[in-house]
Formats: sequence, structure tokens, C-alpha cells
Amino acid sequence: MSDIASRVKAIIVDKLGVDENEVVTEASFTNDLGADSLDTVELIMEFEKEFDIQIPDDQAENISTVGQAVSYIEEAKK
Amino acid sequence: MELKRVVVTGLGALTPIGNNISEYWEALKSGKSGAAPITYFDTSLFKTKFACEIKNFNATDHFDRKEVRRLDRFAQYALVASDEAILDSGVDLDVVDKYRIGVIWGAGIGGLETFQNEVIDFAKGDGTPRFNPFFIPKMIADIAPGNISIKHGFMGPNYATVSACASSANAMIDALNYIRLGYSDIMVTGGSEAAVTQAGMGGFNSMHALSTRNEDPKKASRPFDANRDGFVLGEGGGALILEEYEHAKARGAKIYAEVIGGGMSSDAYHMTAPHPEGKGVIAVMKNCLENSGLKPEDVDTINTHGTSTPLGDVAELKAIKNVFGDHAKNININSTKSMTGHLLGAAGAVEAIASILAMQNSLVPPTINHETADENIDPDLNLTLNTPQERKIKVAMSNTFGFGGHNACVAFKKMDE
Repeated sequence: MSDIASRVKAIIVDKLGVDENEVVTEASFTNDLGADSLDTVELIMEFEKEFDIQIPDDQAENISTVGQAVSYIEEAKK
Repeated sequence: MELKRVVVTGLGALTPIGNNISEYWEALKSGKSGAAPITYFDTSLFKTKFACEIKNFNATDHFDRKEVRRLDRFAQYALVASDEAILDSGVDLDVVDKYRIGVIWGAGIGGLETFQNEVIDFAKGDGTPRFNPFFIPKMIADIAPGNISIKHGFMGPNYATVSACASSANAMIDALNYIRLGYSDIMVTGGSEAAVTQAGMGGFNSMHALSTRNEDPKKASRPFDANRDGFVLGEGGGALILEEYEHAKARGAKIYAEVIGGGMSSDAYHMTAPHPEGKGVIAVMKNCLENSGLKPEDVDTINTHGTSTPLGDVAELKAIKNVFGDHAKNININSTKSMTGHLLGAAGAVEAIASILAMQNSLVPPTINHETADENIDPDLNLTLNTPQERKIKVAMSNTFGFGGHNACVAFKKMDE
């Protein structure tokens, strides 16, 4: 697992209080990991802080799974 | 229309002297002080370095990690205290009509720590507003009753009362009236507060409201003593289940007491100072007697607001003498704040619970830490000083007053056997 993926995973485990092995690439924040609308906003903000990036609202709307978050951040950090 | 009768069928408490009802009563009886040096933050630059914190409370014993992050401490206390009360009431949540159960909850401030920490984070940044999405919903005072209803599915009336230190007394009175009028069968009521934070201590210190007896915290809350120097900040929650009498009887519920009335008034005088002749306080006790159908001679005990401030204590006792006349000296007057400190918005609830427990046990908890008589206080008044007093209690009253001049008073009566 990439460094970015493991850091994303750690944030999700911490913020959503879920078990590490639930945080798989295709897991949806809301459907699989029990996040509500506020949790999702908080996750995006935590990613921004952790990776020192800005995720505009219109792009944040497209990040709804673990894999999508990791790809977005990997792209942004290139 | 005829008003319904309302009884208390469940109690819950999370206080600086006990984390549940039985611990709370044991501590009240034994005259235990909840004051100690503050553990939550470094107090070296603060004028007052002690408070009545909740002890041995681990949020993770009650909530999962995600819930803990979503709940300010005042809301955690609300859920823990109300859970105890609901369980104690024995009400079967699978069979009752949840549209007929409401929650009215008092908090004087709400999520002060959440507010403080979010604003500190903002101030450390470059001005970009990066507030946590839980900032507002964690902080607002009404989130406590909101969370109680979400947890249990109570779909009746639901809101918070905010009247500073009278908040939970106002909550109890509103809850009483909704049941009286037939809007609900059961109301979860009470209050919670968690203001032992830098902002809370610093703010109250600036007002010169807090005791600064740092050398002896346990002796600092000393209502009616000549050398009192301000209140001691406390925190926690108290919950009562109020229920329509026939509803309680039909399910064979244990009944602690009847809630027979409430009084409300305003000083209309000053933002924080009590009226020197206690005009609003006289009015609130008279209102309460009238609303409860009581004569002054019916009252056995008064748990005073008695915060241990120089002005407030004297004004309240003068008001009691004014309202009760010669009977004032027959009343067991006490201030349990001498032990718990001042729980602000939760004070009315935890003190009403103390009154109910006193009635049930025929024992009035003491006003501890009294050493020197105040010459401005009538020595004929029985202030239940330092040791508990046995007393058969038929009627108990509980006073609470808040900054802003809000006064509230609730009366409880022992159920006739």
C-alpha cells in the first residue's frame, strides 16, 4: 500500500471509528462506513490538512469511496 | 380544563460528588465536597485554580469513539444522566407511544469547550475559516435534548431552555406544564453543563464571581458563611422523568414524588447583580406557592440557590423571610452547592433531585463549610449547617436564579400512601 493510501486509511479509521479491515479501496464512506454528510465534510477537511492540498467543493462531491480519495490525493500531490 | 397530575418516576445524576443517584445521595448525606484543583488545563495563570469537576468519567465507557467526537461534554453528561433516569423509571420503550414522550432540557451555555477550541484553532490559522463541520451542532445548547430523542426515538416536544443558572428549573416547569395540559404522557427533563474550561473559568473570574480560595478548595463553597467569597464552578447533569400520574399508576411505576407546581419571575434589575431586596425572588416563591396550591406553612424544606456569593445569599434569605414570615424559622433551609459547587444550567435539576431524595429519606443534606455566622443573616433561620438533619418532609421547594435576573422555583410533594 502506498504511503498516501495508508495515511488516508488512518484518517478514516480515526474519524469514522471503523475497523481497519473495513477500509478497502471500493468502500463507500456513506454506504459502507457509516458516514453522514457532516462526517464526509470532515474527512475531506482532514485530507486537505494532512496532505496540504485544497479540494474544491465541486471536486469533493466526486470523492465518495476510499479509492477515489486516494487517487485524487495522489494526482494532486504529483 | 382540569390539569393532569404529574409525578417523578425516574432520576439520574452525574455530579462532581457522585456519578449516579446512589453515589450522589451517599455524598450529600456525608457532606462531601466535590472541589479540587482543576485537571483539565493548566491553571497557573488563572485567578481561580479549582472547580468541582466530574471524577472518574471516561466518555468511552458510555460512547463509541465516533460518538465521543460528535458530543461536547455537556451533551455526553446529558445522555449519561438521562439514560440512568430512563432505566430507573422502568418504562418499557417498546410499548409506550413515543409521540407522547418529549425532552425539555436546560443548559445555560452549551458546548463552551467546543466553541473555545474551534475559535482558538481559527485564530491560529491564516484567517481561512476552516471550522469543523461538527462545530455548530456540537456547541448549540439544544443538541442535548436533540441527542436524547435521537437515541431513544422520543418524538414529542423537544427543545432546550436557556436562562443561565435557572435553565434546568425552567425545563422542569415547562415539562410539568406540557404534561399538565395533556400534550405528553412522559417528559425527560433536567439539565447539563460543562463550563470548566479556560473560557468558562476566565470569564467568570473576570466578573469576580468565583471563589479564589485556592489554598483550600474543599472549603471554598460556603453558602451563608461570613467569609464566603464567590461560587465554585461545577459541572455535570441531572435528569428527571416526569410522568402523568394515571399513566404512571397504570404501568405500576415507582413514584418518587408529585411535582405540584412551579414559579417563574424576573428581577428586571441588573444583568448579573441580584436585586438588593430580592423583589424577583420574593415573587418567584409566591408564584410557586400559588401555582402549587400551597400555603407558606406547608413548606418543610427549601434547597436554596445559595451560591456562596456575598450579595446573593443574603438577598435570598431575606426574601424567604418575607414570603414565609414566622414560618421561615421552621423550614429546613440548605444549599447543596456547598458540596456540588455551582452546576450552572444543571443546578436546578441536580438540586431538585437532592430535594426529592431528601424527602424520600426523611433527611435534609447539610450546608457544609459553615464556620462563622454572617451578621446580616437572621440567626433564627435553620440553615441545616454542617450536619444533615432528620425531617419528615411533605413539601420541598427548590430555588434557582440565573444571570439576566431569571428566577425559577419548583415544588415537590410526597405522594399520599
